[in-house]
Amino acid sequence: MALLRRFLRHPGAVVGAAVLLLVLAVAILAPVLFPGSPWDMAGPPFAPPGEDGMLLGSDSLGRNVAAGIAYGARVSLLVGAVSTAVAILIGVALGALAGYLGGVVDDAVMRFTEFFQTIPSFVLAILLVAIFTPSITSIVAAIAIVSWPPVARVVRAEFLSLRGREFVQAAEVLGKRPMAIVLTDILPNALSPIIVLASLNTASAILLESSLSFLGLGDPNLMSWGFLIGSGRSVIRIAWWMSVFPGIAIFITVLALNLVGEGLSDAMNPRLRKRGAK
Amino acid sequence: MSRLPGFLLRRALKSVVVILAIVVCNFLLIHAAPGDPAMVMAGQSGSADPQYMEQLRRQFGLDRPLIEQLWIYLKGVLHLDLGFSHRQQVGVAQLILDRLPATLLLTGMAFAIAISGGVTLGALAARRVGTWADSVITVIALAFYATPLFWVGLMLVLLFSVHLEWLPSFGMTDPGLNQEGFALWLDVAKHLVLPAVTLGLFYLAVYARLTRATMLEVADQDFVKTARAKGVPEGRVLRAHVLRNALLPVITFAGIQAGQLVGGSILVETVFAWPGIGRLAFEALLARDYQVLMGVFFITSVMVVLFNLLTDLLYALIDPRVEMA
Amino acid sequence: MSLLSVENLTIGLPPGGDRPHAIEEVSLTVSPGEILCVVGESGSGKSMTANAAMGLLPPGLPVKGGRILFEGQDLLAKSPEEMRRLRGSRLAMIFQEPMTALNPLMRVGDQIAEALRVHGAGGDAARRVPELLAAVNLPDPTHLARSYPFRLSGGQRQRVMIAMALALEPALLIADEPTTALDVTTQMQILRLIREVQERRGTGVMFITHDFGVVAEIADRVAVMQRGRIVESGPASEVLNAPKHEYTRALIAAVPRGTPASREPVAPGAPILALKGVRKTYHRGGGWFGKGQSFQAVHDADLVLHRGETLGVVGESGSGKSTLARAVVRLVRPEEGEILFHGTDLRPLSREAWKPFRRQIQMVFQDPYASLNPRRSVGDAIAEGPITHGTPREAALERARELLRLVQLDPGAMDRYPHEFSGGQRQRIGLARALAMEPELLIADEPVSALDVSVQAQVLALLADIRKRLGLTMLFITHDLRVAAEICDRVAVMQKGAIVEQGPTAQVFNAPSHPYTRALLDSIPGRGWTPPGEALPPPDPLHRGASGLPGPRDLIV
Repeated sequence: MALLRRFLRHPGAVVGAAVLLLVLAVAILAPVLFPGSPWDMAGPPFAPPGEDGMLLGSDSLGRNVAAGIAYGARVSLLVGAVSTAVAILIGVALGALAGYLGGVVDDAVMRFTEFFQTIPSFVLAILLVAIFTPSITSIVAAIAIVSWPPVARVVRAEFLSLRGREFVQAAEVLGKRPMAIVLTDILPNALSPIIVLASLNTASAILLESSLSFLGLGDPNLMSWGFLIGSGRSVIRIAWWMSVFPGIAIFITVLALNLVGEGLSDAMNPRLRKRGAK
Repeated sequence: MSRLPGFLLRRALKSVVVILAIVVCNFLLIHAAPGDPAMVMAGQSGSADPQYMEQLRRQFGLDRPLIEQLWIYLKGVLHLDLGFSHRQQVGVAQLILDRLPATLLLTGMAFAIAISGGVTLGALAARRVGTWADSVITVIALAFYATPLFWVGLMLVLLFSVHLEWLPSFGMTDPGLNQEGFALWLDVAKHLVLPAVTLGLFYLAVYARLTRATMLEVADQDFVKTARAKGVPEGRVLRAHVLRNALLPVITFAGIQAGQLVGGSILVETVFAWPGIGRLAFEALLARDYQVLMGVFFITSVMVVLFNLLTDLLYALIDPRVEMA
Repeated sequence: MSLLSVENLTIGLPPGGDRPHAIEEVSLTVSPGEILCVVGESGSGKSMTANAAMGLLPPGLPVKGGRILFEGQDLLAKSPEEMRRLRGSRLAMIFQEPMTALNPLMRVGDQIAEALRVHGAGGDAARRVPELLAAVNLPDPTHLARSYPFRLSGGQRQRVMIAMALALEPALLIADEPTTALDVTTQMQILRLIREVQERRGTGVMFITHDFGVVAEIADRVAVMQRGRIVESGPASEVLNAPKHEYTRALIAAVPRGTPASREPVAPGAPILALKGVRKTYHRGGGWFGKGQSFQAVHDADLVLHRGETLGVVGESGSGKSTLARAVVRLVRPEEGEILFHGTDLRPLSREAWKPFRRQIQMVFQDPYASLNPRRSVGDAIAEGPITHGTPREAALERARELLRLVQLDPGAMDRYPHEFSGGQRQRIGLARALAMEPELLIADEPVSALDVSVQAQVLALLADIRKRLGLTMLFITHDLRVAAEICDRVAVMQKGAIVEQGPTAQVFNAPSHPYTRALLDSIPGRGWTPPGEALPPPDPLHRGASGLPGPRDLIV
């Protein structure tokens, strides 16, 4: 509860959390707010914002940009959350293994992680989605595959430092099993950086998804923010709103996630918080 | 200085291993993909041409055991044979080599903007921590950190090309003019501004945040207090003691981020029709020309590995403790 | 005339702290050529006073009143630039942590030259730097000047710091716990060095320390601080031998004697633990293409521990004493030798085969802040061991409550979390956790070295009491010979991984046979001083915090 209080003391983080809830609400209520498919024509093409009953204008086929953004929120949040969950799972498993076991295992896992961190992740993501044909599954998988390495590194560092901590040694001297030590002594104390990383990773996953769909690698059946911007790109001289508004949607969502992440980080690490307050 | 050669040799060997691993990775991708590997390599463009498919099967020994195929593939890559783009009727290596200078120019410029601007702003914010200058820099950095690259590009086009008509938004040179010498350079420079700034801004934000954070951390360390205790003026404390130590993590991070920078260039080159390998990748994507895509993946990876080698060297020159690592 | 004179200095703390002022109405003087020791426990405000004099107070701590006169001028009235010009030239300071006090990216000589240069004396730096390094007894000064700090040991770095501080012959040297992070033999060398240069140049020294042994070694005059106030000051001989204030008396009483109490020899019971030829080698570095270095942490270690006795293992950092202790409980796996517990060799046993022995061998750790899982309640932490070994949860918790009483804590502590307790209280909890297993053998790895001296005395007394009551056998690891003298029946002295001498405590202390043992004993600070009076009974721990007085953290009443 002290954690919540410290979090709430952070104005940026509170605003971020509120914005995030708003985006979530829009995503959930999209079918209520905009009945019918976002792919259907809703009015004349290239209607500027505010005209023909379309708040944010329409695109070259007369589709409602606002509806597209609302439905796009579902894809962005879903891809962000699921790919982060997978990345965290992979990262925690590998990082924990490397950090707890050390030695040869650590060496092998870290080389593997370094390799994934060296190769240009976005190019790999493009390649993966392109070869396995764009779909929500291949997108989530590709994003997860390129975003676990930082998680693994952080978890490894945490495990490595916690494993040397005396309370973990004490648990070992008490005769606890390694699995029990990892689950009850190490992991709970490594949780805060993992949670912070999860929120920051969700933000970058959303950016990554929008970049992929901007390049035409989105799921062809699902409306997404990157796709909206991509389709507005060639007509930016006549219909600026087609690219501007979805971009703003991405911006505020990603910003909100970053703010929440920083708030969490400060709330969970009081030593750094002091510095921010000065 | 005798410690450097051994250290660099180790790093160079490691780079070779990484590059080999990337080749294997490419190879596995071809085979992991759904469908006939020849089809994957040919892409949709080639699949209609049975003769070409047959040629691919022969060339890569697709009827032989997997390990032998890997060997054939490896040999090919080591001879810089990255395959053949059926669509463009040119070797992939040639295709990429033609486009490489444009990408190097763009990413190099963007990196220069990012590192110089980022370190300067970060140092400024750290020095004025808690003041309005710090807040403004922190907020701007956070904002650019949260904005998709391609959208920043589009917004800059909207503002500087469509609205103000100050800068060109498309290509690397003006196709209507046939320029030479200085005029050509000037034209390229004008075309370079928007894409380089677009690509640079995001990383500028990253480096600014990092520099600020590490400088604040270093400022708390004992040796900084020592410097103050011996009467070193504040400006020199920050430059010679704090900033110098804070740059180490920034260099490490720049190495790690190099791959992202190259990836980002695909988006920027797409937005600005910059004729580099990023744009090539996008074209290959549209044409489902996977041989080209894998070639781009390979070449960009090599670029990143080389860049990492460079940052290792720089790190070793700055930090005397390197041999201990 | 005094060189430095602090008059009624009061410095505030940010709101929300445990007290309104960091220091209050502090007055002290340092004359040219004298050493003033400012003594106090952690949080007493002694470092704050030093920082104020240097003009290096952290931001957010306002000076509320008073003056700091240096050579007749008020330092508090000076501009930052005027203060900067004084720092390093007329006023110099050295710090506690030599390992981090030098810029890792700058050559040692350049750092000293910088001190000269920023005060306009950089011209003859090339000549002066080796001179200065030679003056602090560093070997091969020209070569050393070109080295980076990471090549130097802690003691060498502290010498470099001293050379740097003395570069411009300051009138006043402020030394903030300059030997606390050093090994005892190095500490003695540095103390002698400070004494020597100070006498040679007539420098005034303000020496901050928590250790009365160091005070006895070096001080001309003493000021004792407690919770931001000076409670007593006077010539060293008076304060040390006839302390007037109650707090000074309590502090001095808590100082371990350093001479082995005459104790009846323990009847040689059956051997419980015997180590034979134990060796542990660590490998560092390496990786794919590099070759690493190896380092023998412990080698050829032989020792025997009989039922009911306490064996002290003493040595400086890196001597291998902790590795040895950890080898006994399988936290470290030696590659050679026998670890016989009641005749069973524990070394080759698997984790499973080891498990029954966990009940019989337990350990108490050094760091009160790291040895308890911050996310488990105290009750769970104590009951966890027995539960792991099959004791029903209810019974284990009931037993935990009893154990808390045994270590003189309130059983109401059961549901609280470690951060609510002071350092001394946490060590008691750690002890209760070990005792919950009802062990026969207790390994104590520096259990009091992270504690303030008054708390240290309480925990040692508790440990001695419990050992006697439960008939425990104990392997006690410490770097502090005074502590070993206080509590151990026999001691083993370790140096560079080897046991160089062992025997009954009194024999080792009074007639050491190995030259290293003699060097260690000669390095005990303040050995010539015998603290006055009888040892006081430890203050009631239930009502006292880390400083011996109630603090905000001491929720257990």
